[in-house]
Amino acid sequence: MRCKHYFASIIVSLSLSFLFINNLYAKGIADPAEGWNHLWYELMVDIIIIGVIFAVLTLYLLLRYRRKQPDEEGQGPELSPLAALGWALIPTFIFLADDIFLGAKNFELWNKYRNIPENAYAINLESAMWSWEFNYPEGIKATNELRVPAGEPIMLKMTSRDVVHNLFIPEYKVKWEIRPGTMDTIWFYPKKTGEYVMTCVEFCGVLHSSMHGKVIVMQKDEFSKWIETEKNKIK
Amino acid sequence: MSATAFSLKEWIFTTDHKRVGVLYLIGSLAAFLLAGIMAMLMRAELTTVGPTVTTNPNAYNVWLYFHGAAMILGYQIPALTGFFANYYVPLMIGAKDVAFPRVNALSVWLYWMGIVLALLTFVIPDPPDIMWTGYPPYSSEFSPGNTSFYTFVVLLIGFSSIAGGINFITTIIKMRAPGITWNNLNIFIWSILAAFTLQIIFVPVLGVAVTLLSFDKYLGTNFFKAAAGGSSLIYENLFWFYSHPAVYVILLPAVGIIYEIVATFTRNRIFNYKMVVYGGFWGTVLLSGVVWAHHIYVSGMPNWIVILQVFTSLLISVPVGLLMVGLLGTLYKGAIEFRTPMLYASGFLFLFLIGGLTGIPNAMSGIYQQIHGTYWITGHFHYVMALSVTSAIIGGVYYIFPKLTGKMYKESLGKLSFILFIIGVNVTFFPWFIMGINGMPRRYYDYQQFPQFEGLQQLSTAGAVIIALSMLVVLIAWLHGLIAGEKSSDNPWGSKSLEWTHTVSPPPPGNFSEIPKLTADWSPYNYGRKQEEGKKIDEEL
Ligand SMILES: [Cu+2]
Repeated sequence: MRCKHYFASIIVSLSLSFLFINNLYAKGIADPAEGWNHLWYELMVDIIIIGVIFAVLTLYLLLRYRRKQPDEEGQGPELSPLAALGWALIPTFIFLADDIFLGAKNFELWNKYRNIPENAYAINLESAMWSWEFNYPEGIKATNELRVPAGEPIMLKMTSRDVVHNLFIPEYKVKWEIRPGTMDTIWFYPKKTGEYVMTCVEFCGVLHSSMHGKVIVMQKDEFSKWIETEKNKIK
Repeated sequence: MSATAFSLKEWIFTTDHKRVGVLYLIGSLAAFLLAGIMAMLMRAELTTVGPTVTTNPNAYNVWLYFHGAAMILGYQIPALTGFFANYYVPLMIGAKDVAFPRVNALSVWLYWMGIVLALLTFVIPDPPDIMWTGYPPYSSEFSPGNTSFYTFVVLLIGFSSIAGGINFITTIIKMRAPGITWNNLNIFIWSILAAFTLQIIFVPVLGVAVTLLSFDKYLGTNFFKAAAGGSSLIYENLFWFYSHPAVYVILLPAVGIIYEIVATFTRNRIFNYKMVVYGGFWGTVLLSGVVWAHHIYVSGMPNWIVILQVFTSLLISVPVGLLMVGLLGTLYKGAIEFRTPMLYASGFLFLFLIGGLTGIPNAMSGIYQQIHGTYWITGHFHYVMALSVTSAIIGGVYYIFPKLTGKMYKESLGKLSFILFIIGVNVTFFPWFIMGINGMPRRYYDYQQFPQFEGLQQLSTAGAVIIALSMLVVLIAWLHGLIAGEKSSDNPWGSKSLEWTHTVSPPPPGNFSEIPKLTADWSPYNYGRKQEEGKKIDEEL
């Protein structure tokens, strides 16, 4: 019974800390990529701790209980019903506590991905075998090169002309499937200028691995200049 | 059996579960070999950025399609639910054969038809290139490859599996020898019961999904065509509704084999038997139907499903964790002997630990944004399925070798094969996690946009060469044992399980001279107790 109280208290305190952390992040624009990095770090610590405990225990048991005489037999304990139940429930609660903790943390991150900032700059994306076509609200078209201003949340409204594709931008820890007949949205938050890879991660035929392009993040004023020149070209 | 000369006719028309099992084994090892050759070709291709062994990406895509389909449908499911189930189930429960021996023969030949059909991939002018997942509308509209091949291979092997499922579930429920109860059944039998329960529930869903692909492509229907009101997302849901449980169809029997090996070579009782059976195996079965969405978090679905399935997917760690606790508990106070099968079982413990832990991020929809479709995913499922399960299959064949052939393999060759295997697999597949987390997508013929991964790709290819060497040593060890191995006793491992204690090696048709009668306190893991005379059954076999 004491165990149960112990684990109940762990779960309660984890949920409370989750609520607390959640409030901290609630204000301003929450960058999913930053949230991802943060949670990934925690996740790795979590996994490595479990992994090391299990690995050391396994190694110890394998080395400690080697057979010494040829006729030796194992002397594993015969568990009483209560002990058997305990040995099932205690690990269950430990795994369960970790699961609930990670699930709650994930929920927080997932919200960052799904809550698109209202002021996001929206660009249409139409994918096709094997290229990406971008349509800016200003009427500009671009293929395989997505120019965006730094410091502004960018939203992509995506659909496909043919098969299922999947846009992946490793730098921004974002990807989403693009399918014909639906319009799905994702967003990301470029901060540093530079060029970053975007690439297709849903198998889409013979040139699937060649279906890639660049996200080009520009200074805001440079970006406005580029928009102006491109607009003039259209006229 | 050993006295009679080889007769092809006898093998073709056999209904003996052991021979049917061997037919499965031959087919699955052939599929494994071919899938392995495809893997080596792909690894060679990936050693440099740009074209390496072929300039035709389609060739690579066909290799990859074949590798995935053959590994899962041709090698692992048939090796576990075909060979091991057939060979072990009647022997372990003290039955003369399975419940429906002719249905059993039908199962294995349906499977072989599937294998032959799959082999035609290399003959026909338009081989399928749709990956083992076969997503529409590529597969149902755009692919130049022959999608019906995929459909029919899946259907044949699916029918084979359902027939096998009905057969084995009936056998296990109805044909246990007197004295074998639900409380002293071998763990492997439980794992087979769980695996076939999953197959019977979920295979029909896959069958429907892949049939609709061909309907769309060849009969003009519009199930997956968005422009005509269909939805490709439905296929993704149906496919993973089967294909996540399929992971457990493969994993659970593999864990079952590892339990048998560990019990025998520690000469120890199973730690917390009921926890392993009900918490571990049946807990997994219970959860397996509500976790498919974690394969398609980035495909678009209502948020409540995402949130629900994040938790259910994470919860898988509970039954799987209990299976690990049971294995480690069985080591505790054991008398461990490191023969080749036990080495593979020890390898399993570590490979499965890595595979299991790297699966946790995959359950988390937010984290999944980065890792979906990358080498992280392929790294994870190769550790779980390819590596852990292959440890169980190869270790399991070494373990059963003296029973199967009546001869003993050479221990030094067995140990060498294990050492090469454990080095090779880690050198090959651990770099995948590093590449994956940094963005390397799977299913890429070329990676000119990610040249920074060339070094790790080369390391991985070098590891693959070591794996190939280890498989060569496995083959040599088995062939050498088969041809020139020393005669083995009926129970060389000193196991207490029925297939070792109550019949000769190899067992004759009908298995036992008479059906074993077991007392209530009999257990296949009855180690560490005082041997009471009279409870030991007739040994005159
Ligand atoms: Cu694509």
